[in-house]
Amino acid sequence: MAETKITLEQVRHVARLARLELSASDEQRIRADMDEMLAYVDKLNELDTKDVAPTTQVGEAGTPMRDDEVTNRPDAEAMLANAPSRDRNYFKVPKIIE
Amino acid sequence: MTSELNKLTIAEASAKLRAREITATQLTRDCLDRIAAAEPKLHAFLTVTEKEALEQARAADARLAAGNAPALCGIPLGIKDIYATKGVRTTCASRILENFVPPFDATVIERLRSDGAVFVGKTNMDEFAMGSSTENSAFGTTTNPHDTARVAGGSSGGSAAAVAAHECLASLGTDTGGSIREPASFCGVVGIKPTYSRVSRFGVIAFASSLDQVGPFTKSVRDASILMRTLAGRDVRDSTCSARPVPDYENALTGDVKGLRIGVPREYFVEGMQPEVEKSVRAALKNYKSLGASTVEISLPHTGYAIAAYYLLATAEASANLARYDGIRYGLRVNAEDNIALYETTRAHGFGPEVKRRIMLGTFALSAGYYDAYYLKAQKVRTLIRKDFEHAFEKCDLIITPVAPTTAFKIGEKMNDPLTMYLSDIFTISVNLAGLPGMAMPCGYDANNLPIGMQLIAPPFAEETILRAGDAFERTGAFKPRTPAV
Repeated sequence: MAETKITLEQVRHVARLARLELSASDEQRIRADMDEMLAYVDKLNELDTKDVAPTTQVGEAGTPMRDDEVTNRPDAEAMLANAPSRDRNYFKVPKIIE
Repeated sequence: MTSELNKLTIAEASAKLRAREITATQLTRDCLDRIAAAEPKLHAFLTVTEKEALEQARAADARLAAGNAPALCGIPLGIKDIYATKGVRTTCASRILENFVPPFDATVIERLRSDGAVFVGKTNMDEFAMGSSTENSAFGTTTNPHDTARVAGGSSGGSAAAVAAHECLASLGTDTGGSIREPASFCGVVGIKPTYSRVSRFGVIAFASSLDQVGPFTKSVRDASILMRTLAGRDVRDSTCSARPVPDYENALTGDVKGLRIGVPREYFVEGMQPEVEKSVRAALKNYKSLGASTVEISLPHTGYAIAAYYLLATAEASANLARYDGIRYGLRVNAEDNIALYETTRAHGFGPEVKRRIMLGTFALSAGYYDAYYLKAQKVRTLIRKDFEHAFEKCDLIITPVAPTTAFKIGEKMNDPLTMYLSDIFTISVNLAGLPGMAMPCGYDANNLPIGMQLIAPPFAEETILRAGDAFERTGAFKPRTPAV
């Protein structure tokens, strides 16, 4: 059996970073799955990439410019139509400041 | 009496519509009837927009009567449920967006709308496009029209099945690692992933932004050319979208492939592949030779590393893109005592197992202390894969490979082993990593009557080469489409 690539404690830490609540059985399953994937991706270390530049984008270089014009009119009703909770023209959330 | 106009191609229907031999309303009606009959077996659609479709068809008929209507006017299309469609529920096959109704259209939807296209509904997919079988949909699996015990492929399985079963004339999908090409292959239809940046992604729910691309499913290569003309081109709302002029792709369909140099990568014909798949693709290559093309063996030496690099990059990008689903402004909210707990419980209830798995792997790959070992390493390997193709295209104009190592697999067969599922994209993933255009098209059947697909890959922005070669193969008549079981 290969060494463990990720511990349950690390899984809990990552879940916290990802804002994802995991049940006890979720944690076990995801740990095992991540373990398998991380062991698999280890094959990348067979390649010497010391002098290789990373690829961040494959599209054309540069960001095109456009005129800064308003193309959509403010429409609070349309924007708030999907709000899970609202109060007049505001999104409503649990209290965050005491 | 049923007229079965739904079985027409776009090119055929468009000619009949403009000659006023048929109406868009009849054509749409036939598609809707077909949907009603086939959906209990296929489940290709998450939402059918009958009322809207018939209204759009009536408007198209008025426009056709006035003359000068575009080629897509009155053509019924299926749209993957990843595209924002104004006023029509858009779920991405996720509980977290189950009741989301976008207040705007994706750019490509807007373009199709202004051409007068008819939208019959939103198609099923793997949740957030994460999967190769549509089994990860929160709303049930799409079945393969050729054998309902098998998957339609994924993630755009609904769009592929809908076209194969003639529920619509064509459809839209998205492709991050093979999500158009693999289902096209499994269902026996044509599917294109254009060059990265060729088509706008504004209003397309993001999975992995450096890999995602928009493309069509069609019944013929000519139909793909017609759709690509409308889809491609600059969009000021997507800064990654290329400003290059868009050719009239149909002009590329000359039937002439004389002198075309076709590269055949040795790494794509591997042990463990279904023998009929190799046989069928090799037979197609022979066909090309008889048309005056030549074949040359090439090597893409880093092919074996593509899946590992992809699953680090795609999950990392996904973990960032999916951070927006927090239950505050739209989508599902599960209440909790404070905001952090609200995010955590909302996301726990809203996301399915595969999405959680990928968010976790991606978050880990980007986390402090692991970034260099995983994410950066994968970005460097991506460079090596890109260079493989650059070198290969010094020796050839087009690369032909199988789309997948096997034909459509059985529902449930790979669900308990994520890694095995990921491996079904082994021949398509490199194309996304390199940002190249790739097309899947049917080239044969296996002993179980399941379609086999071949993949045509070209250098960036050489979609015309792919379309010309694909169309030339269709014209040989070597591939004879069979009617699906459903």
